[in-house]
Amino acid sequence: MIAKRHNPLPGFGLTMGCTILYLSVIVLIPIGGLFLRTLEMSWADFWRLATADRALAAYKLTFGASLIGASINAVFGTIVAWVLVRYEFPGKRFFDALVDFPFALPTAVAGLTLSNLFAANGWLGQFLVPMGIKGSFTPLGVVIALTFIGLPFVVRTLQPVLESFEREVEEAAATLGAGRLRTFFSIVAPTLLPAIITGFALAFARAIGEYGSVIFIAGNKPYESEIAPLLIVIRLEEYDYTAAMALAVVLLVVSFLLLITINLLERWASRYQT
Amino acid sequence: MGGNVSRMNRDATAKSQRGTEESPLVKGLLVGVCGLFLAVFLLLPLINVFAQALAKGWQLYWASLREPDSLAAIKLTLQIAAIVVPLNTLFGVCAAWAIAKFEFRGKSLLITLIDLPFAVSPVVAGLIYVIMFGLQGYLGPWLDRHDIQIIFAVPGIALATIFVTFPFVARELIPVMQATGREQEEAALTLGAGAWRTFWHVTLPSVKWGLLYGIILCNARAMGEFGAVSVVSGHVSGVTNTMPLHVEKLYNEYQGPAAFAVASLLALLALVTLGLKTLLEWKQQREYQNAQVSATEAAVGRQPE
Repeated sequence: MIAKRHNPLPGFGLTMGCTILYLSVIVLIPIGGLFLRTLEMSWADFWRLATADRALAAYKLTFGASLIGASINAVFGTIVAWVLVRYEFPGKRFFDALVDFPFALPTAVAGLTLSNLFAANGWLGQFLVPMGIKGSFTPLGVVIALTFIGLPFVVRTLQPVLESFEREVEEAAATLGAGRLRTFFSIVAPTLLPAIITGFALAFARAIGEYGSVIFIAGNKPYESEIAPLLIVIRLEEYDYTAAMALAVVLLVVSFLLLITINLLERWASRYQT
Repeated sequence: MGGNVSRMNRDATAKSQRGTEESPLVKGLLVGVCGLFLAVFLLLPLINVFAQALAKGWQLYWASLREPDSLAAIKLTLQIAAIVVPLNTLFGVCAAWAIAKFEFRGKSLLITLIDLPFAVSPVVAGLIYVIMFGLQGYLGPWLDRHDIQIIFAVPGIALATIFVTFPFVARELIPVMQATGREQEEAALTLGAGAWRTFWHVTLPSVKWGLLYGIILCNARAMGEFGAVSVVSGHVSGVTNTMPLHVEKLYNEYQGPAAFAVASLLALLALVTLGLKTLLEWKQQREYQNAQVSATEAAVGRQPE
């Protein structure tokens, strides 16, 4: 509070007070309430509910599909960011703007249109289903939906890094006789890696909690294509609040851990940007 | 002579490009992969929404939109946005002012806490309000005695939506306000302007594009939220169904074209949001460049021709 004495701007008390109050009422107290209610359960009960067979199957699908989706995005997101920053081609600005589409499109609409596209009579499904690739109402559908919603993260994290990347370093490597591939893997890739990993983690974190787009395309069969957030909703609809809370606490703890990881990753990545 | 030099330059560029650029084949391949990936995952889903919505003709499209339950869903969605967006904007401005213009301990913790709702699953966001205000929750019995309904009613939907859109405005505004610094406000205050006047005439104009950007993103998410709202809504058709929930209901009732008709309005909202966002980014960039150009001009001094 020492700095405040030198700062003649008004309104610190008022705006800070409003911020803390609003944050507490909307976010902190309700989340704290969930944890407090969960503490009323015995540890044995909590463990039984959080690790029931159906719950384990749901975590497996949620985490597995999120991991695959985020990995697909790490690979293709890197290519997309590279192409959008380095090359000129017709429609470039349009595609660049379109990358944010999964952020802007309501998840229910995303799920609806994706499940229709990959269904047996859909535009893509009519070719893919005869080949044995069933995208709708299967665990593969979960991966498709989670890839869609995570698509912007890697691209948008990587783009500014690529834009500020100094071409002189590449030129120096080339002048010294390194081929393009060697330049890429020993000069470019290590610089991009922190940003790619950060984007991957952001896409993964988003995918873990995703609900809307998945339930339209997954088929939602217990033990097979049922994600963890859906199981929470099912327990709530059965008025089984304790089971819903146990699952929610597991998801929340994972989200918090990911949030901390992402903060550390961003700090690590920013060290590479000068 | 001149021709010689330019040829030498050209040779030099060609040589350096061999090491710093990919061969045309690799380039074409990468552009192709990028185009195919974006076409399958972004363009096709977008076009498909409108194609399916209009598959059975315009007449059915209009009829599905003018159905009473659809109209009620549209009205509720607009109503929720009208409650949520102003509240979160006000909060965003307050938080950005405190964080960007002052130094205090625990600032980075506060920023992390503001970002917290983005990390929480929408379903969990709905659940925490059920536990607070639901019949089996902390305040449920008290609210029930006083005949106040929050869960399975409009206030619950608004609260859940506020939660999931909580960080948008603050997050966009904080870096913009930090970048503008404090000098201009300090100058205005020294010249005798009051606090409000300084805020309205000095701070607000300098951050208006960032603020608008945050509001647009907040609005898009507020109108499109599904998971959190689904948990607290109770799904009463025509009363507590927002547009995304109505889409789900129609889909579950095998009314494909009607579901896509309502979905097409939400897809249009997404397109308008993207358009405005691109426009704002372009405007911000141009103002930034203009500011830089005039700064350079001022530094160099206008040179006579």
